[in-house]
Amino acid sequence: MSDFPERAKVVVIGAGIVGNCLVGHLARLGWTDLVLLDKGPLPNPGGSTGHASNFIFPVDHNKEMALLGEQSANQFRDLGLSVDSGGIEVARTEERMHELTRRMTSAKAWGIEAHLLTPAQVKELVPFVNEEVILGGFYSPTVSVVDSLETGTVMRKEAIETAGCQVFANTEVLDILTEDGPNEGDRTVTGVVTDKGTIEAEYVAIACGVWSNRIANMAGATIPLVPAVHQMADVGPLDVLAETNNEIGYPIVRDMDTFCYERQSAGSMEVGSYGHRPILHHPDEIPSNEEAALSPTEMPFTPDDFDAQMETAIELMDMLGDAEIKYAINGLLSMTPDTMPCLGETAEVRNLWSAAAVWVKEGPGMAQVVAEWMTYGYPRVIDAHGADVARFYDEERNDEHIWARADEHFNKTYGIVHPAEQWEGRRNLSVGPYFSRQEELGAMFFQARTWERPQWFESNADLVGRYGLEEREVEWDNRWWSPITTGEHLNLRENCGLVDLSAFQVYELEGPGAVEYADRLAVNKVDVPVGRSIYTPWLNADGGFHSDLTMMRLGEDRVRIVTGVFDGGRDSFWVRRHLPADGSVTYRNITRDVTTLGLWGPNAPAVLGQLTDHDLTQEGSPYGSVLDVVLDRGGTPVPVSLFRISYVGDTGWEVYTDWDNGPALWDSLMRAGADLGIRPTGGGVYGSSGRLEKGYRLMGAELESEYNPLEAGLARPRVKAADFIGKEAYLAARERGAPEVVMCTLTVEDLTDGQGRKRYMMGGNEPILTTDGDRITDSHGRVSRATSAGWGPSVGKHLLMAYLPNELAVPGTRLQVMYMNELYPVEVASTGAIFDPDDTRMKA
Amino acid sequence: MRILVCVKRVPAPGAKINVTADGLAVDTQHLGFTTSPHEECALEEAVQVTEQYGGEVTVLTLGPVAAEEQLRYAASVGAHKLVLVPIEEVDWDPQRTAAALTSAIGDLEATDGAFDLLLFGNESADAGGFQVGVRVAHALGRPIVNGIKGIDVGDGPVTARREIDGGFEVYEVPTPAVLGVKEGINLPRYPTMKGRLASKKAELTTSEQVVDAGGQDRVRLHRPVEQVSETVILGEGPDAAAAVVDVLEELGVLA
Repeated sequence: MSDFPERAKVVVIGAGIVGNCLVGHLARLGWTDLVLLDKGPLPNPGGSTGHASNFIFPVDHNKEMALLGEQSANQFRDLGLSVDSGGIEVARTEERMHELTRRMTSAKAWGIEAHLLTPAQVKELVPFVNEEVILGGFYSPTVSVVDSLETGTVMRKEAIETAGCQVFANTEVLDILTEDGPNEGDRTVTGVVTDKGTIEAEYVAIACGVWSNRIANMAGATIPLVPAVHQMADVGPLDVLAETNNEIGYPIVRDMDTFCYERQSAGSMEVGSYGHRPILHHPDEIPSNEEAALSPTEMPFTPDDFDAQMETAIELMDMLGDAEIKYAINGLLSMTPDTMPCLGETAEVRNLWSAAAVWVKEGPGMAQVVAEWMTYGYPRVIDAHGADVARFYDEERNDEHIWARADEHFNKTYGIVHPAEQWEGRRNLSVGPYFSRQEELGAMFFQARTWERPQWFESNADLVGRYGLEEREVEWDNRWWSPITTGEHLNLRENCGLVDLSAFQVYELEGPGAVEYADRLAVNKVDVPVGRSIYTPWLNADGGFHSDLTMMRLGEDRVRIVTGVFDGGRDSFWVRRHLPADGSVTYRNITRDVTTLGLWGPNAPAVLGQLTDHDLTQEGSPYGSVLDVVLDRGGTPVPVSLFRISYVGDTGWEVYTDWDNGPALWDSLMRAGADLGIRPTGGGVYGSSGRLEKGYRLMGAELESEYNPLEAGLARPRVKAADFIGKEAYLAARERGAPEVVMCTLTVEDLTDGQGRKRYMMGGNEPILTTDGDRITDSHGRVSRATSAGWGPSVGKHLLMAYLPNELAVPGTRLQVMYMNELYPVEVASTGAIFDPDDTRMKA
Repeated sequence: MRILVCVKRVPAPGAKINVTADGLAVDTQHLGFTTSPHEECALEEAVQVTEQYGGEVTVLTLGPVAAEEQLRYAASVGAHKLVLVPIEEVDWDPQRTAAALTSAIGDLEATDGAFDLLLFGNESADAGGFQVGVRVAHALGRPIVNGIKGIDVGDGPVTARREIDGGFEVYEVPTPAVLGVKEGINLPRYPTMKGRLASKKAELTTSEQVVDAGGQDRVRLHRPVEQVSETVILGEGPDAAAAVVDVLEELGVLA
């Protein structure tokens, strides 16, 4: 074919809602020389867009999903291809009614109109609902129904008209070409082979919906998702609907406790379900357009799986029983191992991008995210770390894991998912060397991506009595929590605790360019004397947070990077992505070669002192230093590196040793501490109560790309001379003077709810409000919300962290927080630590 | 009126039909299944007759146990009784099928009395042998008319209509009789949700039949060479009008 291009700047594969919006947004951002391909015909190539129910419920507890859903809804509105039908989530159980109060809270956080309705009020809006089976409803007037196919067409045409985008339907991608870069494992995409010819390309973006992983695999990359069935039946005709003379005349009803929805589609009702057994397919099982009876992603309906849903649908709307099932499908959509989308550059292949696992409801917004990411190096519209495809570890990228997680999550699509909810399956994928010992101690393990970390130890149950602690009154607040964690905290402050930090992700840079490269990544100076370490933010090009972590100068040409387990995938990708091409630096992941124990508390020096004669005072082992010693007094000698630092506010060390020495180290420390009150101590102290009392910020919670170090309160007095990623933007922010918002710690002054019960916020984006109950936002639209929350046992208050506008970020300012749709008084306590603000304990 | 409708479970493919590696069957690995369209219409006709005049519709199929799906579907749109002649294979040859169905019908009639009408689809959607209904009628010694697009059941004899060029042939058939029904006789209803749920409780009986294979063997399935039609774009907007007129004149559709 003569007009088939031989080269292009960008090839986007997939012309569903995402691919079309992606070329549209790239065009708006000034990109040209674009090619859009699809294996199927246009305007409906046969992917999930073609059978989507096309509605958007804007309220979501997750910030990325909520704000990108809203962003998408507005883009559909701007094109005039959207109708605000309204929507009601109805509850059949008390537990769901409680969840609806949580929805009200999230609605408030994101500024979305919402109302709680009585059954009678639900019936007023939707007269054919049987109000006797429901307890109430959550009404969002701005729920919208969109035309996703037409939106795709309009965005594609915009790209054709403004950027000369070339579009080829019925064009199948057969291979994706790559070439090796200078560093090990470094590969770059170079083109796409299709059945119409080969296109050389600088960038390739995969927006292939349920097929995305298969296409990525052609390049040796992965986009962890699996096609999953969502059953949908179109029943009608129904006079009450036909009389509206409208595609959608009644609010959409989500019957949350049966995992179903009922959505009018002209004269009939679409009944969709997430309540049937999980049905997953391998992409190779999806028929081609020619082979499919309907479309490839409209798989044959399996009625046995839908019967239970029909019964509950008829319970809610009796008229559905006599309506004919005119069309029913096992529609395919994408599910990922952690329920979040897959956006961004693939971890394996440079310039190969993923825009996948995106549903219609967030399609245009997420396409914008990817377009901005390709343009600026990071999306500007929102922090997208939760959707970053680089977040996955290798253990999360195989089919066994993807399928198991999708299988477990499918029925939770409309479920009530607790913020701390743990997965049941696919556990113990990565465990530390102390795992068997911790199991014997009754550790309650929480999984951080693939890593198991003790959250608390049942063996410490006696501390509950010792400190006079209690369970929380409301089951929801008590779920995935234990007063033992408070006991462990108080014991650490009184004696000392031993914290398993094996899940730390540890990398080493080595070579003549190692220190210079490390300095390019970090805001703070890495080029410090050998044996010193630093804490530092890493910024993106826009000056927002990419990471925060510690870096240790272990040798003239050797730097160790230690980062948190939640961000290991992204950080490892970032390091490899920016590695110099001249071979002056090698990168190694040594996570499974070293293990770390945190030893903290006033007795920590005495415990360690039993095992070594080395001077452990602040002179012999100063704060921030790394000291290599052998713990050789009693038991097996264990060589360790003692890194004097603390994330919990009491003196002590991160003790590093070789992985295989871990069990001996654990045993030595527990033995040495036996008479000094040592207790195994879980993540409830390390990640929550200890750090909150100290006001330490957590990546992904307080620290996001939308905020910079000035706002986070992490800016140093001076900026180092060496260049680093984001420096220009960071300097500009400093020149602008005082930041508009500041990270604060707040105390909840009264935890009593309307029923006289004590309630405990969880840091799930609960909005911080003025005393008048108004939302607090800044000029960028960023909302003040609890980014973290937890009990501070040593300060006797429930603590929240939140960004507040400068004028409110003053200790003593009185505000409110909303939790489960009730208001609680809060007070700004500090912009730093509220426990031991001068760090005297840490530097003791 | 007692009516028996014979149906067959057949794959529901798309435009491209894949054949198994041994060439002997349609590859149904990723396909759904349905009832042959002619038979869906036969069933609808039977249900309509019994709705109007009373009676009972029995649906009979010969097929794998999975064919229960098609029997339940029949119940969901109004059939009263479901009978499965189970076979190990996906399909039997027409002679064997007819022999088994004849025997099964004999068993049913021995218990509950004769059917007034036996309805078949004119031919199955997959094998298309056009044989089974004729063979069953012959074996039972009952009259059969094929290609039926209209059935009238009143006080008098049953009449059946068959389309011919420019009109209909109308047959008066003495009952019990056999009719081969063609798509177009009616517009089959979809099941209602309540119908679907009720169909799960409908009684399904199994009628084991042991009969010898007939004389017809399948040697191999061939997929016909794909007909590729060419699309010529004559132009866009009003500019294309003249070219369109030329084509229409060439086709002789313009006077």
